[in-house]
This record gives sequence, structure tokens and C-alpha cells, in this order.
Amino acid sequence: MIPAIVRNGFRTLHRDRGALILSFILPIAFFSIFGMVFGGVRNAGTPRVRVLVVDEDRSQTSARLLQGLEREPSLVAVTRPEAKHGEPVPADYTALTAEKAVKQGVAPAALIIPRGFGANPVSFAPGSTRASIRILHDSSDPVAAQVLAGMLQKVVMMSMPDAMANLGMQYFEQSSGGITPEQRKNIESQLSLFRQQIERRNHANNPPAQSGAAGGLVAVDIRDVVGEKKRSPMISFYAAGVGVMFLLFTASAAGGSLLDEADNGTLDRILSSHVSMTTLLGGKLAYSTLLACLQLTLMFLWGAAVFHLDLFNHLPGFFVMTVATSFAVASFGMLLASLARTRAQLSAISTLIILTMSAVGGSMFPRFLMPEMMQKAGLFTFNAWAIDGFTKVFWRDEPITQLAPQVAVLIGSGIVLFLIARRVARKWEYN
Amino acid sequence: MNPLPLQINNLFKRYGDITAIDHVSLEVTPGICFGLLGPNGAGKSTLIRSISGRVRLDAGWVTVFGQPAGSAAARAELGWVPQEIALYPLLTCRENLEAFGRYQGLRGQALHKAIRTSLDWAVLADRAQAPVKTLSGGMKRRLNLAAGIIHRPRLVLLDEPTVGVDPQSRNRIFEMVEDLRNEGTTVIYTTHYMEEAERLCNLIAILDHGRIIAQGTKEELVVHSFGRHSDVLMRFAAPPSNVAAWATAHGGDLKDSVAHFAIERPAAIATLLDAAARDGLDVIDVMLRRPNLESVFLQLTGRELRQ
Repeated sequence: MIPAIVRNGFRTLHRDRGALILSFILPIAFFSIFGMVFGGVRNAGTPRVRVLVVDEDRSQTSARLLQGLEREPSLVAVTRPEAKHGEPVPADYTALTAEKAVKQGVAPAALIIPRGFGANPVSFAPGSTRASIRILHDSSDPVAAQVLAGMLQKVVMMSMPDAMANLGMQYFEQSSGGITPEQRKNIESQLSLFRQQIERRNHANNPPAQSGAAGGLVAVDIRDVVGEKKRSPMISFYAAGVGVMFLLFTASAAGGSLLDEADNGTLDRILSSHVSMTTLLGGKLAYSTLLACLQLTLMFLWGAAVFHLDLFNHLPGFFVMTVATSFAVASFGMLLASLARTRAQLSAISTLIILTMSAVGGSMFPRFLMPEMMQKAGLFTFNAWAIDGFTKVFWRDEPITQLAPQVAVLIGSGIVLFLIARRVARKWEYN
Repeated sequence: MNPLPLQINNLFKRYGDITAIDHVSLEVTPGICFGLLGPNGAGKSTLIRSISGRVRLDAGWVTVFGQPAGSAAARAELGWVPQEIALYPLLTCRENLEAFGRYQGLRGQALHKAIRTSLDWAVLADRAQAPVKTLSGGMKRRLNLAAGIIHRPRLVLLDEPTVGVDPQSRNRIFEMVEDLRNEGTTVIYTTHYMEEAERLCNLIAILDHGRIIAQGTKEELVVHSFGRHSDVLMRFAAPPSNVAAWATAHGGDLKDSVAHFAIERPAAIATLLDAAARDGLDVIDVMLRRPNLESVFLQLTGRELRQ
């Protein structure tokens, strides 16, 4: 009896493609996607922190530190904006322009080497009067500043060992009662040799040997320049990320009403009336868009009430991003529904695609923490564009005009997907 | 001259290797109920969908009041009541009628009046606020019919409108169809129930394998298939082996112990009874049966099971 029941179960599963996909393909797909998202894939590359470097000191020491930062594999050190094609090379970043660039999201952090740094670059003890390196940080990326601060100590060790040796001698002189001129001459000679070796190594462009970085050699002052006044730093990110993911599910379900209409015969009745397929799809799209707008609004209102999200000072940007995002996901839902033949099929397809998009697009895990390859792959999802847009509004306080790329991509792709859905829906028009 | 409610000319439609409609031509005059009968897979649904403009035809054409099927003008004249309960189950009766009324272009007072009339017509006024999913099968069928004609079309397609309903609701649906016909609406009625076609339809076409194999009034179809004969069925006390030769000798045959004779006039029964008495056969039972639409249907489409 039991074998008969088991056989019956497998036969039914074999003939139910939706269940088959959910049972076997979906888990494998997700296993692979999460593996890639969390950096498990070979050659995906460790995420590198992009940092804007401003050298106010212009000393030999600061130049060597800059060189060390540029050679550090875990950092992308940039001193000036990228030159546009056919335009003159832009000027180097200043503390002011670098801070502005961080606020605009060009990089998660800027590092300012202050005047006077070269005169007294390192210290073995806290509380000295040396000039502090400043790190200007976008706190929406909580990892970048910490990575940068750690890497800075390592770079100092590797690129300025002579400075440390010099400082060590000063401490020795103070504690031992002084050294003879002959000893000083010998030490200077050794330090000169040391510098030459460093120069030779830099010119050879060999990567520095890996070593554990000791903290506190250079004084670092980290300051949040974006989000420093936000009470709940990441809440807008999560509201947008989670919101878009569930919007996609809702839109898919709302689009599925087309399948219900086809199943219960109301579609036949509607299409024999004054309503054309284009009008019907347009109506369904409008409904899904409005529903998505309501969902996002409710989610952000909840965020404002419970998590102190500053919704009411960002209403225009919120409105623009909500409408664009809702339209895009509604069109996407229409396309999924028109591609599916049954509700079960729609459920399987939409679960697979939406969870994939959400994982890659940053709804589940911030994109800036993903490997570079996955960050680029995320740009093929609505989630990434919507989250970027909402981040611009709530995090960077950018004006609506700065939302143009996100809005253009969301609305444009929404239109394209709707047109494809209309084309596919011809299967219901004539049969 | 006013265009006919429905004209079908040399309609041909194939789905892969299957010919669904095989060069069908048909004309339906105003104000009649035209029955479309046929076994499963005969092509009725494809023909109905062609009339509503939902099929890409391989050849031929269909017009509704002179307008190409599927055009906006044709759709405005057409009401389609599908075989399924094509209603929104979570909406109330009134909300369903409002939705389909709006889809048909009704607005304002005209819409409200149409909803009231439709609810009365379907005897559902007291259930106007009830969600469709709470209605009985018969109520749903009546609302299904009302929703299809809320805009008062001049041509109505009824696709098996009485499937799965109790006798009371079926009777009310018959009255609703008769109302439509009496108001001058042309009705195309498909059904598997022959008694419905006999009661409601002025003209009947029998469709099989995508072709119209017979068309006319019920009487014309019977005469065409069986002439003016009636069947006489006689059972005898004697064993069948004794009766078989006698039945053959008098122009009949024996099937399942019952002797069958075809007669043109009822008086011929007396002749058969006299012959049986003369030959010493005791008659237990005699039945005179006039061929009906079902006889015609089975005669023309055969008795083998279909899809």
C-alpha cells in the first residue's frame, strides 16, 4: 500500500512542472546565487574599497603614502575624477570636492592627508600632536571606513619603514641620554639605504608582502559626511530593498488575475465586449501600479512611525521613485503572468525570478558588500535601480533631478516589458 | 434591406491536423432561437468563438448585423454567455452586473436601470448584495445569463446555459430565453439537451466533424431522417425464437426480445394486433413512438462514444 502511495506521489510530481521546479531547480539556483553573492565563486574578486585621496601635504612622505595606497590590492585609490572623452583632465580632488563626491555616492570614503603630515607622520603612542589623516565616510557603507582605516595602517608600515625607524631612534635618544655624532651619521646612512630600497621596490611595482597590520601608527580621524544626522541609518535601504521584493511578488500575483480571468471565462466575456486586450492589460497595469504605490507608501509610513525614517522631508523624491518603481514592477508582473500558462507555473517562475533578482539586486544583502561581478550583475535588476534611487532620496538628500538615471531605467524597462506582455497576450485574444 | 443578425460564409478553420470547422455556411434571420447541436468535439465552440471574433479564420467570413465578427460594431450587437460561470466570485451580484455593464459601455442612469432590470429578470433582486460565491448553482447560471445581455444586444450566444442546474432554475432560464426571443432578440443556443432545443429553438442545425449535417425545424429534421414513419414496439408472451420469424414476415425485426415495426399511419397498429391474434401470439405490451430530435441526433451522429 505504502509503495503505491509513494509511486503515485512521484508520478504526480513528475507531471507537475511547477512543483518539480520548486522542488529541485529552485534550491540549486539559490544555492548558486547566494554562493556568488557572498563571494564563493572563483575569480569573482574580493570587493575593493574605492577611496578618493587628497594630498594636502605634498611632501615626500605623503607622496609615498599615496603611492602605497595606490598599490594596495584591497583599495582603489583615486586622486581625481575620471576624465570624460575629449575633455581636459580634471583637477585633483580637494577636501571640499572629495566630500561632495562622497555625498554623491562616487565613492564610500575619501582620505585627506593634511598639511604637516610629512613632518611627523607616525607615532607609537597615542596623544601626540601629529596631524591626523581624515577619512570622510558615507555611513550607508559601514564596512568601507573600517577597511580603509586598517589598510592605512598597513600601508604606512609597508611604505614608510624609515619614518618608523627614525621615530624609534628619537625614542631611544630620549631614554638613553643621547648618541654620539658618529653613531648618528651611521644611522642616517642606514636610513638612507632603507629609503633607496623602498624606492627600488616601488619602481619594480612589486606588491607588498602580506603582513598583519598594527593599529595606531598614523592618527586617523573618521567622520561621516553622509547620513551623519540620520537617526536610523540603514532603514531607508531596508524599506526600499524589502519593499521592492514584496512589490514584485504582489505585482506577479496581481498579474495572475489575467490567468484567473482566462480560467473562469470572464476574459472571453470581456474581450467580446467593448474592452480590447490592450485596454484590459492597461487596466490591469494601472491597478498593479496603484497597488504597488500603496504598498510602498504604507511601508515607508511604517518606517517613519516606528524607525524614524525622515519621510516627510523627502516627499517629492519619494513620490517620483515610488511611481517609477511601482510602474516597473507592475509591468514585470504583467509579463510574468502573460508568459505563464497556469497559476502553478506563474508561482514557480515568479518565485525563481523574483528571489534571484532580489538576491542579486541587493534586496537581501547590500550590493556594496558583494563581489564586483555581482555588483555589476545587480544592475540588470529593478531592485538595484530602485534601491539606488531611494538611497539618493533618503540618504544622500539629492535633488529630484539626480534621480533621472534610475527613473529612466525603471520607466523605460517598464514600458518595454509591458509591450512584450501585450505581444505575448495575443495567445488569449485568438484561440 | 437590413443585414441579417448572423451570416457565416464558407467558414474553415484547422488546428494543426484537426479540422474544427469544415466550410460551414449559415444564415440566421432576426428574432428566432437557432439551436446548434452536436456531439463533443463537433466544432460548436469554435463556431461560437468565430461568431464572437475570437478565432483567426483560415477561410470564409462571419458577419454580425453586416459587420465583420470581432469588430467594435459587431461586438456592440453581441452578447455572449459562456458555458462557464464567467463571473467574479468575490464580487456581489450587483457589482458583477456593474462591471460587465461598464465593460459594455453603459454609464450613469442607463447602467443603474440595466442592473435593476437584470436583477429582476434573473429573479435575484433579493440577493443583489450577496457575493457570487455564496449563490446556488442555479442562481449563478441565471446571473451568468443576465450579465451577458445587460447591454441588451440584438444577437445573443448562449453556450449550454442550463448545465448543472435544478429543474426550477432550468425552467426559469427557459422563460428568460423565451423573453429574449419574444422581445425580438436573435438567440444562438447550443445544448446537449434535446428537449431544450425542441422547446426553445425555431430552427436547429446539427454539427458533426466540423460540418452542418442537417438543418431545419424539428419536424423537418425528423421527416428528413425518418420520413413520416413511427415506430411500433411490441412484446409477446411467446419465447423470442418463436416471435423473430413472425416479426420479419410482417416487415419488422426483433431487438432485445422486442419486435420493432415502422408504420406510416397509427391505424396500422390494429393490423399488426389482428395478425398476432390470428397466429396465436399473446401480446403483452404495445407502444407507438414518434421519432424525436434525439432519434434524429443519434441517427445522424451515430451511437459511438465521442471525446
